[in-house]
Amino acid sequence: MKLTLKIWRQENATAKGKMVDYNIDGIDGDMSFLEMLDVLNEELVNKGEQPVEFDHDCREGICGSCSLQINGEPHGPDKFITTCQLHMRTFKDGDTIVIEPFRAKAFPVIKDLIVDRTAFDRIQQAYGYISVNTSGNTIDANTIPIEKENADDSFNAATCIGCGACVAACKNASAMLFTSAKVSQFALLPQGEVEADRRVLAMVEQMDKEGFGNCSNTGACELECPKGISLENIARMNREYLKASVK
Amino acid sequence: MGGLLKSSVAKKFAMALSGLFLVLFLAQHFTINLTSVISPDTFNSWSHFMGTNILVQGILQPILIFGVVFHFIMGFVLEIQNRNARAKSYVSYNGSANSSWMSRNMIYSGAVVLAFLGLHFYDFWVPELVHKYIESHPEDATRYYGELVAKFVSPVRTGLYVVSFVFLMLHLLHGFSSSFQSMGVNNKYSEGIRKFTVGYAIIIPLGFIFIAVFHYFNNL
Repeated sequence: MKLTLKIWRQENATAKGKMVDYNIDGIDGDMSFLEMLDVLNEELVNKGEQPVEFDHDCREGICGSCSLQINGEPHGPDKFITTCQLHMRTFKDGDTIVIEPFRAKAFPVIKDLIVDRTAFDRIQQAYGYISVNTSGNTIDANTIPIEKENADDSFNAATCIGCGACVAACKNASAMLFTSAKVSQFALLPQGEVEADRRVLAMVEQMDKEGFGNCSNTGACELECPKGISLENIARMNREYLKASVK
Repeated sequence: MGGLLKSSVAKKFAMALSGLFLVLFLAQHFTINLTSVISPDTFNSWSHFMGTNILVQGILQPILIFGVVFHFIMGFVLEIQNRNARAKSYVSYNGSANSSWMSRNMIYSGAVVLAFLGLHFYDFWVPELVHKYIESHPEDATRYYGELVAKFVSPVRTGLYVVSFVFLMLHLLHGFSSSFQSMGVNNKYSEGIRKFTVGYAIIIPLGFIFIAVFHYFNNL
């Protein structure tokens, strides 16, 4: 398979950056998208050029590291997958593929296709946890009965890998889906309910501080999320927030 | 709009609430306008009631004006924040792959509706204020129907009204059901709300278009 790649190249966080065209040949349909970039980088290194920097780690859709905007969609055209799970058979011989970093003011570019997503960490640190004294009196979580529906919804929210595709897909670069998933996974469980009000207020405040946009309910985040995190979480966070605000 | 509306969630809640209020107002406005194609006398009597009733003029009208102004100002405030949240645009952005045109372009459909409101106020509200408070004409419960149909003699004005209502339809198609999500409602009733939204967003603007076109052809 012969392809033309249009890739965002940016020397560092302060450099201007530009799209650079690369022609690549011999790509197999069974290669993953990241393996295709590995092939390109090998060619670039052999020619004495700087390889294209991109984030990756587990390469099996779990870690949330890979984060590429491919032909205008986060993680490419296929649904419910991360970039590392995207295969080259999705594309045709002769295709042009545009590869950009996730764009958001809160996700500044570090180099080429790598963006700084520590804004998500700071939202988590704001109150994305429960306060439990585990020093010597740990209680088995299974001793607390939880409704099946709540347990399932909480688990589904907890499958968010924090890749940032929701922010990348949203026309407003909103982080509502990520934040709401983190709020929901605790709000639905008795262990998290105790601090639910403080949690939602703190996490939304931090989300706004980071400079993410507002939610326009376009639903783009839900459709582009590799884990299928539902918009129901955003509605739940809105409810939790409004409830906590009037208390 | 400081403290109370400082968070993104609260701003969207207020936006949703004002939007739903305007949706309700639209239904009331449409109902009265529809009487103009059925019975000029009924239209006159309802218009006279709305134009002279103390409760409507003294309480509901100021609330409506506040609702309209708030909705538009907040819409632009949110839009500016949203644009700032992505300083650098994508070279390639395939929005249609994951969202509707209406949901991505609320600011444009809203801006057209705002421009239409300017024309609408110029056509009806300003002359009404001049009639009542500047020229101080005595009350005349039969004048409203004539004033209405006179506006639809012009094909250009009728055309502008039709185009504006199409944009209102696009705005409502997303905005109505979206406001429930902003207020935290996403449950077993949401599918019903979405279906009702589609019906409402099509029927009401089409009804307004019908009324404008009806009076235009009636004038020929």
